[in-house]
Amino acid sequence: MSTGAGLKDRLHYNETFNCVQCGYCLPVCPTYETMESEVHSPRGRINLVKMLAEDKIKAEDLREPIEKCLGCRACETACPTSVQYGKILEGAKEVLEFAEQKSKAQKISESLIFDQMFPSKRWMNTIGNLSWFYQKSGLQKMAQRTGITHLAPLHMGKFESVLPDLPSPAERKKRVQVYKASGTRKITVGFITGCVMDAIFYETNRNTIDLLTKAGADVFIPVSQTCCGALHAHAGKIADAKDLAKRNIEAFEKEEADYIVNNAGGCGATLLEYGELFKGDSDWESRAQALSNKVRDISQVLSELDGLSFTKEVNGTITFQPSCHMINVQKVKDEPLSLLKQVTSKGYREMKDKERCCGSAGIYNIVNYEDSMEILDIKMKNVKDTNASIIVTSNPGCLLQMKLGIQREGLEKSVRAVHLVDLLVEAGAVSK
Amino acid sequence: MDLLMKEIRSMIPSEQILTSLADRYSYSYDASFGTYLPEVVIQVKNKEEISALLKLANTFNIPVYPRGQGTSLSGGPLPVKGGMVLDMSQWNGDLKIYPDDLVAVVSPGVLTSNINQDAEKFGLMYPPDPSSAHVSTIGGNLAENSGGPRGLKYGVTKDYVIGLEVVTPEGEIIKTGGKTIKNVTGYDLTKLIVGSEGTLGIITEATLKLVPKPPASRTMMAVFDDLVQSGTAISKILTSGILPAKMEIMDQSSIIAVENYQPLGLPIEAEAILLIELDGHPLAIEEEMKKIEEIFADFESVKVKIAENMDEAQSYWRARKLVSPAIVKIKPTKVSEDATVPRSKIPDMFQKLKEIREKYDVHLVVFGHAGDGNLHPNIICDKRDTEEMIRVEKAVEEIFKAAVELGGTLSGEHGIGTLKAPFMEMELGAAGLDMMKRIKQIWDPNNILNPGKIFPEEGQKLVLRE
Ligand SMILES: Cc1cc2nc3c(=O)[nH]c(=O)nc-3n(C[C@H](O)[C@H](O)[C@H](O)COP(=O)(O)OP(=O)(O)OC[C@H]3O[C@@H](n4cnc5c(N)ncnc54)[C@H](O)[C@@H]3O)c2cc1C
Ligand code: SF4
Ligand code: SF4
Repeated sequence: MSTGAGLKDRLHYNETFNCVQCGYCLPVCPTYETMESEVHSPRGRINLVKMLAEDKIKAEDLREPIEKCLGCRACETACPTSVQYGKILEGAKEVLEFAEQKSKAQKISESLIFDQMFPSKRWMNTIGNLSWFYQKSGLQKMAQRTGITHLAPLHMGKFESVLPDLPSPAERKKRVQVYKASGTRKITVGFITGCVMDAIFYETNRNTIDLLTKAGADVFIPVSQTCCGALHAHAGKIADAKDLAKRNIEAFEKEEADYIVNNAGGCGATLLEYGELFKGDSDWESRAQALSNKVRDISQVLSELDGLSFTKEVNGTITFQPSCHMINVQKVKDEPLSLLKQVTSKGYREMKDKERCCGSAGIYNIVNYEDSMEILDIKMKNVKDTNASIIVTSNPGCLLQMKLGIQREGLEKSVRAVHLVDLLVEAGAVSK
Repeated sequence: MDLLMKEIRSMIPSEQILTSLADRYSYSYDASFGTYLPEVVIQVKNKEEISALLKLANTFNIPVYPRGQGTSLSGGPLPVKGGMVLDMSQWNGDLKIYPDDLVAVVSPGVLTSNINQDAEKFGLMYPPDPSSAHVSTIGGNLAENSGGPRGLKYGVTKDYVIGLEVVTPEGEIIKTGGKTIKNVTGYDLTKLIVGSEGTLGIITEATLKLVPKPPASRTMMAVFDDLVQSGTAISKILTSGILPAKMEIMDQSSIIAVENYQPLGLPIEAEAILLIELDGHPLAIEEEMKKIEEIFADFESVKVKIAENMDEAQSYWRARKLVSPAIVKIKPTKVSEDATVPRSKIPDMFQKLKEIREKYDVHLVVFGHAGDGNLHPNIICDKRDTEEMIRVEKAVEEIFKAAVELGGTLSGEHGIGTLKAPFMEMELGAAGLDMMKRIKQIWDPNNILNPGKIFPEEGQKLVLRE
C-alpha cells in the first residue's frame, strides 16, 4: 500500500496530535487492565497509529493492538483533551482492512455476512425465526473453513445456551408500521428496531413500543429501515456503513418524527454519529446530521415524557450494567437510573466500575473470546460483590454477555439478567 | 545484544519480556517531548529480577530506564540512549495500611490515588496529590518528588517517605530509613533517592507516612480585577496566621479558555481568580473563613464567594481542573512548565511572564499553586510548526531565567529530566552541579541507570521539536 498523504488522512494523523500522552485514559481502559501493557492501552494505540502514519512501523505491527480494542470508548470520556479515539480507531480499522491480503473464499463469506445478512430484514427475520444466526446459518462452519477475520475459535455453543425464547413467525408478521399513543399523543417517534435486536430480542422491541405508546408517543416503524452499520464501521468497512446509513436516512426522513428512538446502545451511538460519518459530503451531511440530532435512547424519551407509573413490585435487588456506547458516546447516564428508581424492588445496589465494558462489544466476544472472558470475569466479580439478583442492561449484546457471565459463575439459580425495557414492563408499567 | 537477550531470557519469564516493534514504540515516550526506541522492555515484578538485570546491564554496559506510567512532563523515563526499559507499572500488588503506626507500605507500581483511597477507610490521608494521582505510580512520584495543590499546607512527596527498599545501579538491594517517624541514623539516603529521578536507584518498596484526615473542609473563590493585587492578597493571608490546604490561581487567559470550553459562569473580565480551601475542625474553619473575608475587605473591588456545600465547592475546583484541557483547544501542543518563585515574588513573576508572552508572541497561560509560588506557565503551540516551536524554546528559556533571577527554581514538581538539564548550571552554579554529578558517579560508576537525565551533556540545548 502506498504511504503518502493518503494514508495519513485515512489514519486521521492530525487527530493523533490532540493526544498529549497524559495517560489519563489508562485506568479506564479494560484491555489495559487485563492485558497489562501499553500496546493495549488507548495512549499506546493512538501512538502506534501515528507511528504507522509516519511509516515507522508496518500495518501488521498495528493489527493486534487494534483488533484487541473493544471500541468501548471509555478512553474518550476520560480524555481531558477530547481526543476523538473512535474516529482514529475506525480509520485504523479501515486501513488494516485494506492492507490485508484476503483469499477469495474469505471475500465471499465476508460479503455474505456484511453485504447480505446484516442489511437484510428478511435475512434477520429468517435467522430470528430459525434461532440465532451463528448457530443455524452455517456461518460457524463457514467461518471455520475460511478463517474469516481470523475469528476462530468460535465458542458458539456457549452463546447458544443463553439465547431467549423467540416468537413464532406468525407473531413477527403481526407487527404493523404505526402504533398510536394510548391517551393523548404528546410526541411522535420513529423506532429503530435494530437487526440483531429485532432478530433475537423481538420481545424487547415489542415491549419498547408498548412503553412508548403508553407514555404518550405515536410510534412509526419504517419497513425500509435497515442495519445501522455499526458492525460494518467497526470492521473497517466504511463504504458499506455509508450505504446502510443512506438507506436509514431516507427511511426516517419520510415521516416527521420528534425523536428517533433506539433501545440498543451500540446502534444508538452509530446513528448519533451519522453526521460525522458524512462530514464534508455536501449531498448527505445535513440530512445525516438531521437524523443524528433526533436520536435518543429509550430511557431518555421515557424520562422526558414522564408518562408511566409502575404498579407491580419486582422481586429482587437490582444492579445496572449500562452499555458503553450509551454512556461514552450517547452520554446517557442518569435517565436509566431514574427510571429504575421509580420501580419498586428490593433495592438498587451500584456495582464497582459499573461503567466499565463487560467485554461484549459488538462481536468482540466472538472474535476475541478468551480476552472477552477475562474482562467479563472482572465484571462478574463486581456484580457478585453487590449481591444483587437482577442485572439490568441497556443493550442486547451486554444482555447476552451478562447471561453468559451468570452461567460462568454458576449463578443461574440466584441471578438473572434483563433488558431495562423488559424490566419496566415486568414492573407493571401503565399510563399515568 | 543477542547474548544479552539470551541471558535475560534465562532469568525472566518470557511473558514479561517485550521485544516487538509495537511494544518497543509503546514505551518510547512519556507526557513530554521526544520518542526514543528502547531495545527491550521488561515488565519486572520483584526485586531479585531487577537486581539480576542491573548486574547484567553493568556487565554488558547497557543503559536501564525505570518507568512508571510515563506521565512525566520532563522526559524522566525516556530511553534516550536505547537499552532496557523496566516497566514498573504492573508491579502493583502490595498496598498495606498499618493504621496503628500511621504508615502505608506499598509496591512501586501502585497508583497514588489508591493509597489515599485505602488510607481513608481508616480515617487517614496520604496528602501528596499531584493532578496525575489517579494515573501515576508511587514509584514515579517518589522519583520525581511530586507535589500538588495540598503541598501548601502538607508539603510534597518527600515529606511523607520514611523508608525505602532500593536496588542500586550496581544491582545491590538496600534499605533506607525505616518504619519510625524519627530516624537519624547516618546519612539520609531516603531523601537523596526521593527526587533523584531514577538515576540513583530503583525503588522496589516504600513506607509512607499517613496523617489523620481533617474532619471538614470549605472552599472560597475570590475574583480580582488586578493580577498584582491577587499576589499581595496571597501574602496577606499567609502572614495572618492561617494556613489554607490549597490556594490556587487562574489568570485571565485560563478563565477565558475554561469558559469557552465549558461555560461555568466564570467572570471572564477578571484578571485572576483565587481558589482557597481550608480544612480542619469545622468551628476553626468558620473562624478562619471570616478572617480571610476581612482581609479581602481591605482590597477594593474583590468579590468573594464561599461555597455553600460540597457540590458548589466541587464546581469551583472543576473550573481549576478544566484549565489544562481547555487550553489545548486553542492549539494541540502544551509546553507545561513549573517554574517556582518565592511567594512574595509572585506578582513580579506575573509581570515577567506578561513581557515574555509579548516578546516572543507566544500563547502563554498561567495558573497553578499560588500558595507555594509554584506557578504553571503553559505555552500553547503546535509542534508541527517549526518556526513557532523555536520561539517557544526561547520563551521557555527566558521563563527559567526569570524564575532563577527572582530567587526561585527550575522545577517545583515536574523534575529536570531531559528538558531542563541545559539550565541546571544556571541555578546551581558549576560547583553545585559538580557535587551532584560526583554523587551520581559514586552510586553508578558505569552510568547505567537512567543516563541522559538531570545532567546536561556538552552543549545540550532545549529542543521541543522531534
Ligand atoms: C496531566 C498531568 C498532570 C500532572 N500533574 C502533576 C502534579 O500536579 N504534580 C506533579 O508533581 N507532577 C505532575 N505531573 C507529572 C507526573 O505525573 C509526575 O511526575 C509523576 O510522578 C510521574 O509518575 P509515573 O508513574 O508516570 O512515572 P514516569 O513518568 O514513568 O517516570 C517518572 C520518573 O520516575 C522514574 N521512576 C519511575 N518508577 C521508578 C521506580 N520505581 N524507582 C525509581 N525511579 C522510578 C523514571 O525513571 C522517571 O525518571 C503531571 C503529569 C500530567 C501528564
Ligand atoms: S475503546 Fe475501550 S478498549 Fe479501546 S482503547 Fe478505548 S478504553 Fe480501551
Ligand atoms: S487521556 Fe487523551 S490525551 Fe491523555 S493519553 Fe489518553 S487519549 Fe491521549
